[in-house]
Amino acid sequence: MNENNSCCCSSDDCCGEQPIKAVSTTLSRKDILGAWRMRWGIGRMDYTVEPGLYAVGKPDNDSPVFVSANYKLTFDTLRKNLDGLNCWLLILDTKGVNVWCAAGKGTFGTDELIHRIETSELSKYVSHKKLVLPQLGATGVSAHEVKRHSEFDVHYGPVRASDIKEYIDAGYEATKEMRTVQFNLWDRLVLTPIELIPALKYTLPVFGVMLLANQFAAKPFDKTDILSDAGAVIAGSVLTPVLLPYIPGNAFAMKGWFLGLGCTVGILGISGKLKKGSALLSAGHLLLFPAISSFIAMNFTGASTYTSPSGVNKEMKTVLPFIVGAIAIGAALTLGAHLFGRRKTK
Amino acid sequence: MKHRYLKNVTTLAYSKEKCVGCKKCTEVCPHGVFDIKEKKARIIDRDSCMECGACALNCPASAIEVNAGTGCALAIIMGWFTGQEPTCGCSNSGCC
Ligand code: SF4
Ligand code: SF4
Repeated sequence: MNENNSCCCSSDDCCGEQPIKAVSTTLSRKDILGAWRMRWGIGRMDYTVEPGLYAVGKPDNDSPVFVSANYKLTFDTLRKNLDGLNCWLLILDTKGVNVWCAAGKGTFGTDELIHRIETSELSKYVSHKKLVLPQLGATGVSAHEVKRHSEFDVHYGPVRASDIKEYIDAGYEATKEMRTVQFNLWDRLVLTPIELIPALKYTLPVFGVMLLANQFAAKPFDKTDILSDAGAVIAGSVLTPVLLPYIPGNAFAMKGWFLGLGCTVGILGISGKLKKGSALLSAGHLLLFPAISSFIAMNFTGASTYTSPSGVNKEMKTVLPFIVGAIAIGAALTLGAHLFGRRKTK
Repeated sequence: MKHRYLKNVTTLAYSKEKCVGCKKCTEVCPHGVFDIKEKKARIIDRDSCMECGACALNCPASAIEVNAGTGCALAIIMGWFTGQEPTCGCSNSGCC
């Protein structure tokens, strides 16, 4: 993007008449690095571009207009896929949030679109009345309402920016494939850091309590506990998303529980706790850790692209009592096994 | 591999009488829930509906109704506690 032309003031619309900004279709190293930092949650705020009208290549009054969000990653993906085209980009102020998220919140919405058509004076630059929006923006935009207020026709393009050229070549027709949201391995993989980091943050206090308890009492916790806890977190936040379609069950809580169980059994087995007959401890672990995985996995419904709120509501109402119960009993048993077990061997 | 979530939960409702056959619902649905047959929309894959609300918002004939919202566990839990509509709390990324 053209940084030289950026507005010095932070609030939008404050600059009145602006020259149309030219957009490059190649990403710099800084853009790519920034994308990775964002995925890992480092300095994610303020990753925005200025809303308004941009020019890609050398557009004229007949060139197509693509509408998108002012989240930098969205903007970068779009411009990269417009390489070789002459077109206009109308960037809405979504407060730096991607199209889908913003459409859900209504910031990528009918009003903002109408407003941006006016403030950018789009009709001065194009003689046609056709806007191409990303399909996922449809959750926030009502095509017939936009038409009524601005005379512009909203066409929904493909879900993925990488299909744009094919969509144009097909005469602005998207195939069913282009219209369908995928959630493939790569989509899921890039989301795992965002799942893992908060999950670790939540469980950090648990680690802390274990270590602290070890300072006082006769070392109630050992390697197996800490390893199992880490295993449960990873099973829920990384393995479940990655293996999602291959794990039995429809509910995310179920999928997470299965993997958590696998992990816990594995760790107990390797540590020899199963064999040594620590029944109480094993029972505690088997209740506690799969439940943690299950809970973390359920959070992934927020990132998935196919769960309905009614479904998630039903899933949570059904499983939350079990999860809470299992965590409470499991934690008590684990603690009890350690304290009780020690005293007996002493 | 097609992802499948819980069955028979969506609040999607469609009225064939009101439909004017404009095809907008097939254009916006990210999960291929609708198709058009004999100039009318019909639901072909109800259980894939994620209640995003795009079809209802873009149907010029108000032939579709759906209780739209975010399918995010954390947001729904927060909604229970605050007594408000669940909103996606994330400020960024593809997290909702
Ligand atoms: S958008 Fe509405 S009117 Fe148009 S085809 Fe679908 S249901 Fe019918
Ligand atoms: S609510 Fe969304 S997923 Fe469900 S039918 Fe409508 S457009 Fe498709």
